[in-house]
Amino acid sequence: MSRTSLFLPLGLFLLMAFMLWRGFALNDPHELPSALLNQPLPDFQKTRLADGAPVARQDLLGTPFLLNVWATWCPTCKAEHAELNRIAARYAVPLVGVNYKDDGPAARAWLARYGDPYRLSVVDEDGSLGIELGVYGAPETFIVDGDGIIRYKRVGAVDRRVWEEEIRPVLQNLGLPLEEPPA
Amino acid sequence: MKRVILRALLGAVLLALSTASFAAIDTYAFETAAEEARYKALIDELRCPKCLNTNLSGSDSPISADLRRTVATMVQAGKGDEEIREYLLARYGDFILYRPRVMPATYVLWFGPALLFLLALAFMARLVLRQRRAEAPAPLSPEEQAALARLSQAVGENSKA
Amino acid sequence: MIPELGHFALILALMLAVLLAVVPMAGVVRRDLTLQHSAGALSAGLFVFLLLSYACLTQAFLQDDFSVAYVANNSNALLPWYYKVSAVWGAHEGSFLLWTLIMGGWTLAVALRSEALPTAMLARVLSVMGALTVGFILFLLMTSNPFERVLPVAAVEGADLNPQLQDFGLIVHPPMLYTGYVGFSVAFAFAIAALLSGRLDAAWARWSRPWTNLAWAFLSVGIALGSWWAYYELGWGGWWFWDAVENASFMPWLVGTALIHSLAVTEKRGVFKSWTVLLAIAAFSLSLLGAFIVRSGVLTSVHAFAVDPERGMFILVFLLLVVGSALALYALRAPVMRAEARYEGLSREVMLLANNIVLVVSTAAVLLGTLYPLVYESLTGGGKISVGPPYFNAVFVPLMVLLLLMMAPAPLARWKRTGAAQLMSNLSKVALASVALGLALPLVITGALELWPVLSVMLGTWITLALLVDALERVRNKQGLSAKLRGLKNLGAGYGGMVLAHLGVAVTALGIALTTTYSTERDVRLAPGESVTLGPRTYLFEGVAPLEGPNYVADQGTVRVFQNGQPIAVLHPEKRRYLARQMVMTEADIDPGFFRDLYVALGEPLGEGAWALRVHDKPFVRWVWFGGVLMMFGGLMAAFDRRYRRLKLRDQAALAGALAS
Repeated sequence: MSRTSLFLPLGLFLLMAFMLWRGFALNDPHELPSALLNQPLPDFQKTRLADGAPVARQDLLGTPFLLNVWATWCPTCKAEHAELNRIAARYAVPLVGVNYKDDGPAARAWLARYGDPYRLSVVDEDGSLGIELGVYGAPETFIVDGDGIIRYKRVGAVDRRVWEEEIRPVLQNLGLPLEEPPA
Repeated sequence: MKRVILRALLGAVLLALSTASFAAIDTYAFETAAEEARYKALIDELRCPKCLNTNLSGSDSPISADLRRTVATMVQAGKGDEEIREYLLARYGDFILYRPRVMPATYVLWFGPALLFLLALAFMARLVLRQRRAEAPAPLSPEEQAALARLSQAVGENSKA
Repeated sequence: MIPELGHFALILALMLAVLLAVVPMAGVVRRDLTLQHSAGALSAGLFVFLLLSYACLTQAFLQDDFSVAYVANNSNALLPWYYKVSAVWGAHEGSFLLWTLIMGGWTLAVALRSEALPTAMLARVLSVMGALTVGFILFLLMTSNPFERVLPVAAVEGADLNPQLQDFGLIVHPPMLYTGYVGFSVAFAFAIAALLSGRLDAAWARWSRPWTNLAWAFLSVGIALGSWWAYYELGWGGWWFWDAVENASFMPWLVGTALIHSLAVTEKRGVFKSWTVLLAIAAFSLSLLGAFIVRSGVLTSVHAFAVDPERGMFILVFLLLVVGSALALYALRAPVMRAEARYEGLSREVMLLANNIVLVVSTAAVLLGTLYPLVYESLTGGGKISVGPPYFNAVFVPLMVLLLLMMAPAPLARWKRTGAAQLMSNLSKVALASVALGLALPLVITGALELWPVLSVMLGTWITLALLVDALERVRNKQGLSAKLRGLKNLGAGYGGMVLAHLGVAVTALGIALTTTYSTERDVRLAPGESVTLGPRTYLFEGVAPLEGPNYVADQGTVRVFQNGQPIAVLHPEKRRYLARQMVMTEADIDPGFFRDLYVALGEPLGEGAWALRVHDKPFVRWVWFGGVLMMFGGLMAAFDRRYRRLKLRDQAALAGALAS
């Protein structure tokens, strides 16, 4: 046992302490990064909330859009809804909703009451589309590009800061002009 | 044989009667005991994506119920364990597996303890061997032998007294 | 008024702790005996004020003083009084006050029971413990004050104690666990004192041993209680999940076990001194790490307290200061010289070294697995990974099998050198018996041979018979039964404690292997009058009736259990809704037995009076915790060996003799 080798425990401890310190800087241990990043949006055969017409993946392709998972039983969805309304109104960003594990009539009434920023909402009553998307709670928001590839996922509410700092830059990179409509 | 038939019958009856599962206690029915065992093992090894460190079998959150249903359906459809794991891996990432995959980023995790153990064994072996080599004291020089003889004599005289 | 009194008492305790940390140590440096002696009085004062502070918080709970934020968040007027008393440690602030009180308790105990120690040594030890207490109290006052008021408007009613905590388990598990956790600070303080004084000898090991055994005993039973509580509370029949908080308690236990054995070697043979000091530092460091894991939110856990990064950062800084300086002191002051005593390849020293290696590698594996999600996230820039029971079991179980194997020859091995032939002749008979029993028992009882039951019965028999052979060897020369029994008694409590503790380990290992292999369960839908069969028993569901509790309403089910047509138990699983928090809880009902548990839990109502039910048959599960209780008694017994107390008398007699001549 040399004197230097006695410093080994101290060295290992400092390494561990550094790991723990990093633990604070890292994200909430609960926010899962999406396994679907840069993967195609999964295919699905569902119906539209508004009228029950069939809707599938290819109906959504063409331009980049925001895919927002929401439900009437989700209080955070209500909180973020104003921001979604604002985004839909001011920018030329298509929003597609996924009405997750919800009740049709209640959902329609909810949108009527709080505003409908979505081009359409996909009815996912049993949550199977959610599982395909790796959803584990609402709200969750994806950015899908024109070719149907998922580029970004946000777990939790979209607020002004998230829009400005995270979502808007990605959309601009994907080629959406995001000009404000003339007053 | 009779047990298998009875169990299959019970399974069929339960399948007919079972309603949607709401909580952690689901009443899925499987054709064979082996399938049921596979299902149980899988939901023990898969993590609830939403909970504070619980597996699918111990969680009563809605997403866990959905995922258990997915696993049960896949097992009943004859899919293999690896296939089911990969299916969920593709959608939820490594987080959902309680048994981390063996990949470069987890080599330290999987092989570290064994390596440490071997190193410790080597250290212990070296310690013991070094002891053995140092065991025999060096032979005495002529002067030391003479001194030893004198001292032994003195001690012998003292003890007689 | 009372909360303010409690707060003030805490501040006074802090001042006394500062004095305790500084004055006796200054007395050592300046060779001032009076200053050194002040440690005793300061320890007493510290404990008194901590106790006062804790009593005030308890009183606030008993009086339903909802103007205190902590009481308002964790209690309720309808809560039964014994849960109000336990709710004091039901969340972060109060439980840490309990932790600090226990620290004061250990400090006082060391002050009172260390007449054999040279004054300077005792002064150093108590100063170190005082310094640690300073950190704990500062943490409370600065980040986690349990006495904060919700002013100006007090809550009208409390938010209630989390229903999952309204249980007997809350009354016993945290106090036992914390006593163990904090108790390792004594060994830590002794180690630091030894490094500071340069006096690292067999005497130091002898002083440390009883305190370490005591702390280990409490930690063993604390962990066992936690496992038992989770088992009947959480509703899925499991009793260990390798959760971060569980691991946080298990790691100090593993290192503590290594420490106990290493101290034995250092006391008896004067070797492994540096290693023992390192283990003593590591055990308490892991306790502190445990506190960090539970209270910082850096790792996810069902058992963690409310997440607060600010508190976590405080603990991390504290951890860095305490452990960092301890390890730095170790690196600078631990002896590098090789000890004189020699030992051969086949000796008790080497066997205990092997024991330490297995335990320390196990600890490292558990630590690695627990922290790996953080490592992975750093390595991959944000990736999330889970490390759960499959990993821990894969790594831990083989090491434990190795340890269990070694537990038979080790007590039989002699110090320094053991004759291989003699050891073999004793053990070969034991080995034969173990293999035979391991194959026979499972075959006869269950009709089949499964790996883990066979292996565990072999190992359990191996350990037990070896202990028996060893005891018989030691009284071989005594003639007659009464002489032999007296001879056994003269082997001392230390020996008896070792036997009990080792038996405890064997019993736990056996319980784990058997219950894991032989447990069965069924999830079924039953209407009233329907039944399900599991193993040799039939479970008849009789329906569900409403029930009112002190602070909940419930649906109570009735399940009658029959075996061979005879009724053997009636179980009442419940689905409770707690009024204050509107939380729904499943309360399983268990028919406990020494050889098997029958476990029934209600799921959801499925319509038309039918319910989903889960039925478990869990053989030998109680052995898991019974082994822990045996370990506790073993540790207690060893700690109170007269050898440690007799020396005090002998030292006193020697002193008297020296003074007289």
